Amino acid sequence: MAGLELLSDQGYRVDGRRARELRKIQARMGVFAQADGSAYIEQGNTKALAVVYGVPRGIGGVRSRALPDRALVNCQYSSATFSTGERKRRPHGDRKSCEMGLQLRQTFEAAILTQLHPRSQIDIYVQVLQADGGTYAACVNAATLAVLDAGIPMRDFVCACSAGFVEGTALADLSHVEEAAGGPQLALALLPASGQIALLEMDARLHEDHLEQVLEAAAQAARDVHTLLDHVVRQHVREASILLGD
Amino acid sequence: MKETPLSNCERRFLLRAIEEKKRLDGRQTYDYRSIRVSFGTDYGCCVVELGKTRVLGQVSCELVSPKLNRATEGILFFNLELSQMAAPAFEPGRQSDLLVKLNRLLERCLRNSKCIDTESLCVVAGEKVWQIRVDLHLLNHDGNIIDAASIAAIVALCHFRRPDVSVQGDEVTLYAPEERDPVPLSIHHMPICVSFAFFQQGMYLLVDPNEREERVMDGLLVIAMNKHREICTIQSSGGIMLLKDQVLRCSKIAGVKVAEITELIQKALENDQKVRKEGGKFGFAESIANQRITAFKMEKAPVDTSDVEEKAEEIMAEAEPPPEVIAEPVLWTPGTAQIGEGVENTWGVLEDSEKEGEDEGGSDEAVLPDDVKMDTAEVSNVGSQDAPIVLSDSEEEEMIILEPDKNPKKIRTQIVSAKQEKAPSKKPARKRKKKRIVN
Repeated sequence: MAGLELLSDQGYRVDGRRARELRKIQARMGVFAQADGSAYIEQGNTKALAVVYGVPRGIGGVRSRALPDRALVNCQYSSATFSTGERKRRPHGDRKSCEMGLQLRQTFEAAILTQLHPRSQIDIYVQVLQADGGTYAACVNAATLAVLDAGIPMRDFVCACSAGFVEGTALADLSHVEEAAGGPQLALALLPASGQIALLEMDARLHEDHLEQVLEAAAQAARDVHTLLDHVVRQHVREASILLGD
Repeated sequence: MKETPLSNCERRFLLRAIEEKKRLDGRQTYDYRSIRVSFGTDYGCCVVELGKTRVLGQVSCELVSPKLNRATEGILFFNLELSQMAAPAFEPGRQSDLLVKLNRLLERCLRNSKCIDTESLCVVAGEKVWQIRVDLHLLNHDGNIIDAASIAAIVALCHFRRPDVSVQGDEVTLYAPEERDPVPLSIHHMPICVSFAFFQQGMYLLVDPNEREERVMDGLLVIAMNKHREICTIQSSGGIMLLKDQVLRCSKIAGVKVAEITELIQKALENDQKVRKEGGKFGFAESIANQRITAFKMEKAPVDTSDVEEKAEEIMAEAEPPPEVIAEPVLWTPGTAQIGEGVENTWGVLEDSEKEGEDEGGSDEAVLPDDVKMDTAEVSNVGSQDAPIVLSDSEEEEMIILEPDKNPKKIRTQIVSAKQEKAPSKKPARKRKKKRIVN
């Protein structure tokens, strides 16, 4: 992949986007009837599905894990065996999936108002159907929509986006080709209203001086995602209220 | 074993100290604990001590066939194990979350940052490559495992020498260490992790938290950098909300710290190199003789006592005088006196059966400081109070208010039951054999 030019002289990326442009995002809420909340999101070619089983369900069986003052958030990440270019052997249970699950849990524990539901458990299951870069971001966005669909109170939307850095320019929303090229990649989960960072993760070498630029690119992209997700939620509520005959 | 929970008072004490910018071991907010690196006899073996946290690192290598999609690159494998001797909470089945987190962080820090040139590990493209395996074992847990582990990993990799290999056409010859000197790995840069602990929703931050501080922290931010000020990894964990300028500030601090630590590592490596070349003794056995491995020596920390006197006087002048203590003895009954103010008297447990008609019945009077003023003359009056005086909420103390018409002897045995429905049969089980001063 050494010969592939990630950013052309005219400022176009491999898929024709500009440096700070996001891929096309389409999302639907309420995909499954069985679950308390569900959502499906497509960010470019990355497709992720999130399902939430939550309140008022209590903890089934493992009573000792119930926290007396707040809800327990449990996240599981699974990526389908056909999601990547080469068939994956283990869809879940390997270290990377465990780590993703832990990171999702950390993100949502900070965002969900767990104090309102003591002694109960909120389960978030995320499944990646096609991974074309930015899987963590897509998972977080899908999970946010699913949690909202389930009616669980949150502090704010949790919007995530990935960012990279090529030849002095920060790129937003990396695709798989750009990730595989080996440059620095940053994944950021943001609460847009306050600008607080719920999770920050970065790989590969980036000089300290460029950190601010990349952070800013990721934050701006996350805010753009927020605008889109907000629109999706309002659309969904409008449709639902029409059906209810309000 | 389950981890012993941290008591509330200890937690509060630690948080208060942090608010006043004080740490338990006297460090400043941005100070690291002392780092010591020692090497073993084999190449690639080292022990890193960060304060009391100890990590042992060992590098080994093997010739294997490469991965299919990366035919010309060697394989790097990292494994961190939390040994059961490190902390009582580490048990074979219980560690998974922490273990996954630490392992993934190490992998990302060392592998994705390409600190080792994997192409140089290739022997025959597509057939034989070197697989380098780094095993880290945590020997003692006193906080900040990730920093110590990353230092141990990079030091072990720098120290390691792999056997020399030559390829002639189709023949691959592997030379033993006696035939040809082993060759060091080609390392581009040394990424080192620096941990920042956040407290009170991100208001206070500390570098290199020790075990107690880790227990009370809100969250952790790990930044891995090398001495060229390139950030190799950032990872925030624990559910804290960060602001962008906090992250930038931390990265600047990390830059400074990493430069210091890298210098220390270089010096240690050079020393070891020198000792080996000169034919001196090296290895852990040598370090033991210097009492560097087995003894947990407490370091002497210099304490500034120059202005202690003035400070002490200031404190004493500003402090409120202690409350007055009335040291008169209070005579309860003939033969029974009380000196000093107790709080609640928990001696003896009341038992109904004992009390009825008994002079010496053990009565449980919760004596509040207010009641100290009562003397014998008033004892008989107390019984005439109708309202139940609930002097304590303790379920073990039962006090039943006596009716005024009981005989004087019984007045002494004041028993007020806080909960009337308590079954008398329960009392014998809770009878405590304690000396009774009253009555």
